[in-house]
Amino acid sequence: MTSTPHNPANTDILVVDDVVVRFETQEGPVIAVDHVSFGVRQGEFLSVIGPSGCGKSTLFNVIGGLIGHTSGVVSVGGETINSPHQSIGMVFREESTFPWRSVTDNVAFPLELIGMPKAQRIERARHFISLVGLDGFENRYPNELSGGMRQRVSLARTLASEPKILLMDEPFAALDEQTRLLLGDKVLQIQQQLKQTTLLITHNITEAVQMSDRILVMTYRPGKVKRIVDIDLPRPRTSEIVGSEAFGRYVAQIWADLREEASRGMRDEEEHALHHVSTT
Amino acid sequence: MTMTATTPTQRFRLSGALPALTGIGTLVAFFVLMEVFIRSGGLNRFIVPPPSEIIASFPRIIVEEQVLHRFVLTLTECLTAGVMLTVFGVSGGVLMHRFKLLQQACETWIAALASAPVVLCYPLFLVIFGRNAWTIIMMGFVSALPPVILKTLEGISGTRKVLVNVGRSFNLTPTQQFWKILFPAALPTIFVGIRLGLIFALINVVGVEFLINFGGLGQLINELAERYDLAGTYAAICFVVLVSVMFFMILEKAERWLTRAE
Ligand SMILES: Nc1ncnc2c1ncn2[C@@H]1O[C@H](COP(=O)(O)OP(=O)(O)O)[C@@H](O)[C@H]1O
Ligand SMILES: [Mg+2]
Repeated sequence: MTSTPHNPANTDILVVDDVVVRFETQEGPVIAVDHVSFGVRQGEFLSVIGPSGCGKSTLFNVIGGLIGHTSGVVSVGGETINSPHQSIGMVFREESTFPWRSVTDNVAFPLELIGMPKAQRIERARHFISLVGLDGFENRYPNELSGGMRQRVSLARTLASEPKILLMDEPFAALDEQTRLLLGDKVLQIQQQLKQTTLLITHNITEAVQMSDRILVMTYRPGKVKRIVDIDLPRPRTSEIVGSEAFGRYVAQIWADLREEASRGMRDEEEHALHHVSTT
Repeated sequence: MTMTATTPTQRFRLSGALPALTGIGTLVAFFVLMEVFIRSGGLNRFIVPPPSEIIASFPRIIVEEQVLHRFVLTLTECLTAGVMLTVFGVSGGVLMHRFKLLQQACETWIAALASAPVVLCYPLFLVIFGRNAWTIIMMGFVSALPPVILKTLEGISGTRKVLVNVGRSFNLTPTQQFWKILFPAALPTIFVGIRLGLIFALINVVGVEFLINFGGLGQLINELAERYDLAGTYAAICFVVLVSVMFFMILEKAERWLTRAE
């Protein structure tokens, strides 16, 4: 178990350098992301973990170019990001399939945007549908699918745009534990097959250890990098690894880090609630 | 968009024509009861004619009062108002979404207009358009515009944030963002607006025909009522119901075609 320094190296495909995000709210400024720096290497699976409210989604939105940051630099392949970049494919936490499109048309969406001919894009879409294991559901509509299946459609849609970096914000948060583990297997398998550089944002320790090469632990308010942990578990991995002793050690180590932050978060929220009660 | 989860009632419906038969049966039973009630003197038959008399008056109003011609006239007026409604109402909603100033300036009074009895302005329309079909069409159109505008605006503004963000993450241009995300996401709500609008339009078209004694079924109803031909009046009202049924059948087809195309 080793901790690597947080300084981004120049071999990194995605670089987050000293990024700060401050929101001006009615109760004064909130620093959601505080001087965060890290890099993602080509082909690696990096998870960002932290208690809820620590600024993970804010970081996700900044890297995806959906919101601006107060200071610092985010760059992909040396190009600075200020708006959505085609090298980055996003998968959202919320259900995000288009209900008016069939599975095939959902997945073919990014291909349609680049003007790929219909026959070709349907074939391409089939490929990605099959990759996420949804063969036979090509002509179904999202409202005919389960939550886990819809999330796979979103994943296939993002993969179809062939992003250099796959960026996911708690994609399994709304799913039950079994579905989550099995979908985790699926994502791992796809990631290995495509050698897909992946940045996963999660609050789930098991999920993070199961899938990652490295895990970045964030602190609660302000959201800083607490530690980056290398996960030296053999690959290919499946959810079976969850029972192993080494796995347990990693989970314990990350929990020790996270526990401190999570309890700080809880105390903070309680105080906040108390304050609200006493002032209203 | 249709839900395809099979609920118990749906399985029932699939299993046979029972619900349809029950519907028709209820209607027939109601008419039979009315018939019996009126014939036994429970209701004055000179105020409410028994259903059998209404049915018997159908041939008469078809042959003597050219009800079919009037039916086509009213249907055409409604369709014209409906098309204008869709075009201008939806564009209006889109413009209000696009230009926030317009929305802030107009939303409240359009909402107020939605519940105002615009039909009382018919003399003004008579002066502007003359005593012809356009007065009727414009009256139906104007009074039905607010719900279409407001529902379009609601549908577009209510598009889930994450869908908008998906579009942004794929780098859509504003035009693509509108046609590929906002508009399809809003379509079910827009159809609710059009449905409401058509109801308003139909009521106003028939109402103004009645008021200015001009044109289709509304005028006929006016005349028959004045002649105290109550059986004929109710028979003519049946044709108004038919207009509304046809209207919604067309709309349903359009909705299915639009929301499940591609
Ligand atoms: N648009 C915003 N305006 C103001 N505060 C925000 C905004 N977005 C997030 N925050 C605040 O920033 C902090 C981090 O939020 P978020 O990134 O959603 O956390 P996480 O995803 O880790 O749960 C929270 O305290 C949240 O209230
Ligand atoms: Mg979040």
